[in-house]
Amino acid sequence: MTKIRFLLLSLLLAPGLALAAGGTAPMKSAQVDLDDKAALQRGASLFMSYCSGCHAISYQRYSRIAQDLDLTPEQVEQNLIYNDQKIGETIKTGMNPADGQAWFGKAPPDLSVVSRAKAQGADWVYNYLISFYVDDSRPMGWNNTVFPGASMPHALWELQGMQHAKTEPKHKNAKGEPQSCTMGEYKGECIIGFELAESPKPRLSPEQYDRVAKDITSFLAYVGEPGAAKRESIGVWVVLFLAFFTFVAYLLKVEYWRDVH
Amino acid sequence: MNKIDKAVAGLTGWFNERAPGFVPAYKKHMSEYYAPKNFNFFYYFGSLALLVLVNQIVTGIFLTMHFKPSAAEAFASVEYIMRDVPGGDIIRYMHSTGASLFFITVYFHMFRGLIYGSYQKPRELVWVLGVLIFLVLMAEAFLGYVLPWGQMSYWGAQVIINLFGAVPVIGPELTEWIRGDYLVSDATINRFFALHVIALPLVILLLVVLHLGALHEVGSNNPEGVDIKKVKDPETGKYADGIPFHPYYTVKDLFGAGFFLTIAAFILFFAPTFGGLFLEYDNFIPADPLVTPAHIKPVWYFTPYYAMLRAIPDKFFGVVVMGAATLILFVLPWLDRSPVKSIRYRSTFSKVMIALFTVSFLTLMWLGMQSGSATQTMVARVLTAFYFGFFIFMPWWSRIGETKPVPDRVTMHD
Repeated sequence: MTKIRFLLLSLLLAPGLALAAGGTAPMKSAQVDLDDKAALQRGASLFMSYCSGCHAISYQRYSRIAQDLDLTPEQVEQNLIYNDQKIGETIKTGMNPADGQAWFGKAPPDLSVVSRAKAQGADWVYNYLISFYVDDSRPMGWNNTVFPGASMPHALWELQGMQHAKTEPKHKNAKGEPQSCTMGEYKGECIIGFELAESPKPRLSPEQYDRVAKDITSFLAYVGEPGAAKRESIGVWVVLFLAFFTFVAYLLKVEYWRDVH
Repeated sequence: MNKIDKAVAGLTGWFNERAPGFVPAYKKHMSEYYAPKNFNFFYYFGSLALLVLVNQIVTGIFLTMHFKPSAAEAFASVEYIMRDVPGGDIIRYMHSTGASLFFITVYFHMFRGLIYGSYQKPRELVWVLGVLIFLVLMAEAFLGYVLPWGQMSYWGAQVIINLFGAVPVIGPELTEWIRGDYLVSDATINRFFALHVIALPLVILLLVVLHLGALHEVGSNNPEGVDIKKVKDPETGKYADGIPFHPYYTVKDLFGAGFFLTIAAFILFFAPTFGGLFLEYDNFIPADPLVTPAHIKPVWYFTPYYAMLRAIPDKFFGVVVMGAATLILFVLPWLDRSPVKSIRYRSTFSKVMIALFTVSFLTLMWLGMQSGSATQTMVARVLTAFYFGFFIFMPWWSRIGETKPVPDRVTMHD
């Protein structure tokens, strides 16, 4: 009987785990740690200075950032609010959506739940931020292997530097038909990686930029569900209580069923 | 008699004088409802489904206090619940996880009925009412899925409503009547909200009462499939293999509920999206009528039927097949001609058929989540054919092979 229960339980859980493990393209892990408050604070600061000019996170309140990231309201007001908004308000962008539409062909999307909207979760954001490359055929002069044809330019290029695509001719199969590329294509060839241009000189080293991309990703992962950390910490106690309750209920059942033969 | 006993007796007497039917009803359904003593693991799921129903109603009431059923505000109001409503995220996850758990419990409950022949005479009515609950529950789940107004909500609604367009002659007008507009819009979410929070829950509650009422008229089946009313204990004059539902099964189900809730809490607090299965990631993109998602798929509990729909090349015929796949469950009690109820005494051939049916249903479930390659479509066709063959030829195959002799009394297992 116990075996059957275990089997049923694993059957119940298996598809979810298999799905979580799957995915489309292999992506690098952003190693998001929602308990790393320092990383989240750095991410908040980077987001507000580099991203919020175009992207709103309009379900997130400034005050919630103060509360969750161990900041005082004054620190948030002085360092993170770049417009005339009040601390209790949700984070809007200064850009008019119609302007965004006219300038980029598509109004920059709200990023409140971007970390939850992709199969790869927050890792998608990290990989997106490190995958911009120079492409003169695009209106903004930039393209991205994670999101080909993205409308936005590389907002962090001064930090990272100018990344160029390294390509090689497409592989051909036995019949001589060209094969599709795993990372996308550039000028008819397959992208196999990136190289950084030496000038203009990047402001950050590759390691420092990687930290920047990860910090912004961590912040957006937090913004995707600000209550996640608290939910998990409550959850430990709920599960422990229920396990104890189940144990007591089991003893009660055994006691009542003593006379059933 | 002390003062307290006197007061209690007085109050009970006062109550019984004014409502003489209550105590007999309590006895009939609880303290003197005799249930077989050999219920196993599969017999927890009825009470668990009821528990999930209560969870859906209670959490649903709290959600309606903050949710805005309009195309412009729905998505934002769900995020408002997740962020600004105290405890709102937990309540929302209880409701969204509860929806999937409802189907898990109901599928196990139906599977139990299938393997132990619980639908056979005299419990046909119990089964038919159960299938009705299943159908209304599917409608309820679909309506609820539309409400968060993400991309999958929107395009899922579009696909499902368009299925009604396959109805001959009135199809297009029918879809327009359901949507209340030429496309899925504000009018649609508004009416779906009304149906989801009051109309269908009332129907489900009524059907649950009837389902239990019908069950208590004939009594519960058991894993042995024997009739416990045949043998009475010569000393007490009560059923030898029956025990009163209360307290024996209330206390056993309490344990079952604790065990189930522990697993449910684990999912709810640590994996509420369940890897994109219980809450799909594309539904975190707000509904956009101008952008069709590359891959529209229903939530996991609809995927077996979705796989059947997709396997049929013709739209009208596909809808008929999908509808028939659920409606055929109604006639199951009359298709089964096996002389025994429980799988424990059925012929090897019947056991194999039931096992194959289970595997093909789960495979169809998996296929419905896939993109649908040519091979997958072929497999889905074969399995769809088997699904219907299982039922259509049941009057024939359920009589094949030798059954084992059924004992007079239950043999205790576990």
